[in-house]
Amino acid sequence: MRVTGRIIYDTEASGPALVSSAPLSFFGGVDLERGVVSEKGHPLEGQCLRGQVLVFPRGTGSTVGSFALLRLVRSNLGPIALVMESCDTTVAVGAIIAEVACVDQIDLKAFKTGDRVTVRGAEVFVEPGSR
Amino acid sequence: MKLTDEEKALLDGSSGSAARKAMQILIALGDIYGARDLVPVRSVQVSGVSFHNLGEAGLAWLEDLSRDGQVRALTTLNPAGMDLENWEDQGIPADFAEKQLRLVAAYTRLGIARTCTCTPYLVGNLPGPGEHVAWAESSAVAYANSVLGARSNREGGPSALAAALAGRTPRYGLHLDENRVAELEVVIEAPLTSTPDWGCLGWVIGKRGQGRVALLSTRARPTVAELKSLGAAVVTFGGSPLFYLEGLTPAAPGARPRESLQVTVRDLEEARAFLSDGAPEVDMVALGCPHASLSELVDLAERLRDKTLKKELWICTARPVADAARQLGLVDVIERSGARVVSDTCFAVTPLEARRGKTVATDSAKGCYYGSGHNRLRVHLGTVDQCVQAAVTGKWNP
Repeated sequence: MRVTGRIIYDTEASGPALVSSAPLSFFGGVDLERGVVSEKGHPLEGQCLRGQVLVFPRGTGSTVGSFALLRLVRSNLGPIALVMESCDTTVAVGAIIAEVACVDQIDLKAFKTGDRVTVRGAEVFVEPGSR
Repeated sequence: MKLTDEEKALLDGSSGSAARKAMQILIALGDIYGARDLVPVRSVQVSGVSFHNLGEAGLAWLEDLSRDGQVRALTTLNPAGMDLENWEDQGIPADFAEKQLRLVAAYTRLGIARTCTCTPYLVGNLPGPGEHVAWAESSAVAYANSVLGARSNREGGPSALAAALAGRTPRYGLHLDENRVAELEVVIEAPLTSTPDWGCLGWVIGKRGQGRVALLSTRARPTVAELKSLGAAVVTFGGSPLFYLEGLTPAAPGARPRESLQVTVRDLEEARAFLSDGAPEVDMVALGCPHASLSELVDLAERLRDKTLKKELWICTARPVADAARQLGLVDVIERSGARVVSDTCFAVTPLEARRGKTVATDSAKGCYYGSGHNRLRVHLGTVDQCVQAAVTGKWNP
């Protein structure tokens, strides 16, 4: 299946989907030493972002999130692509400086954790994963 | 996006590589969000100052910019990872301090005031109503939009810095009237009598409001400390950095929201129960999240006068506010009790690994979020009175 959104940062990436129904704060909500979501009660609590296509509605909370994303990506603990409903400025500028593929205005209902996702420009290809 | 000749010159590199990089970021954001032009800003707040959070990647990025960059607007700085003057007393390792001082020096070279506070509006970076600004620090963005009536998107640290270096920001999002219309009415039936009450209200709006701009109606009349707590919590827990308090803050443009949400005492109790997971024995108490105002320090000095604390109590505040409090003799009174007035930093951004698993009491809902998730502490949320009592007795009195 193919869906089309709006390019935030244009590069190609492919990997397994990690899907969150809740917004995420990259700073405060993620352990930057391990790349693991640490926010109490978050649907992804305990999950590692490394190598994942992170599918989530929007960023929230700390404006340090941009730097946190840069740090996660530079230390190879970060997501390889971001697929979002509505990308906020904090995540957008983080994606730009970290040079990580990012697309928004996507209906997230099409995604399940473990799906194989490829982001290419504004286009996002989804293949069901073996779950 | 339409650019003026001056903006084109910033972009073509003739004003240096930092200005060019800043313009590239702003144009990328402007294109994404459909801005028609850039709007000049005279006030910027930059976040991303603690080395604990930025790491080597962030430091390298900033040092590169500071080679030839210079801000074109009044720009202030968020808290750093340590008290810049008394870091040794704070138990900060020398190698961390060296990196932290390099980071702040890079910002200073860019022409940024070393305020190191999350409350720039309390130390002279105070925009007027309707003024376009580019602020990072989510609690400050909420305060600027909602209480002051200024206009700012929730900038990330790097986009705020880009706006400072260019003296402009793309005109989209909360800079436009159409995005400042209230979308959700929040009728508050619960009485609100303390900073944690307002913080818990922020948690409810953040969790239930789905990012919509809220119009709050309440009979309560909040203090500045309570407004800080509310804004900090709304954005921390998922809400928009713009809300309105009917009859109190600058009014919302456009029609009244069609949807409405009721907030009862039970909702606030649910928030408090979610946020608090501390043990009966309290190891430490943290106040000043967001940074305490001078009037909060007056109040704390009265509460702490002639008391002797059993447990550590940190009161975080901006250095200029601490200096004013020192002149008034308040810092002496506070520190005679054993409490500590901490400047330039706070609980969310200083390294606290050694305290993992300990119980911290605070009056800040936002503080609970950073304490429990980021710093892996256990937390109690309570009133300033409960927090001071906990520091005196070492026990939590629910």
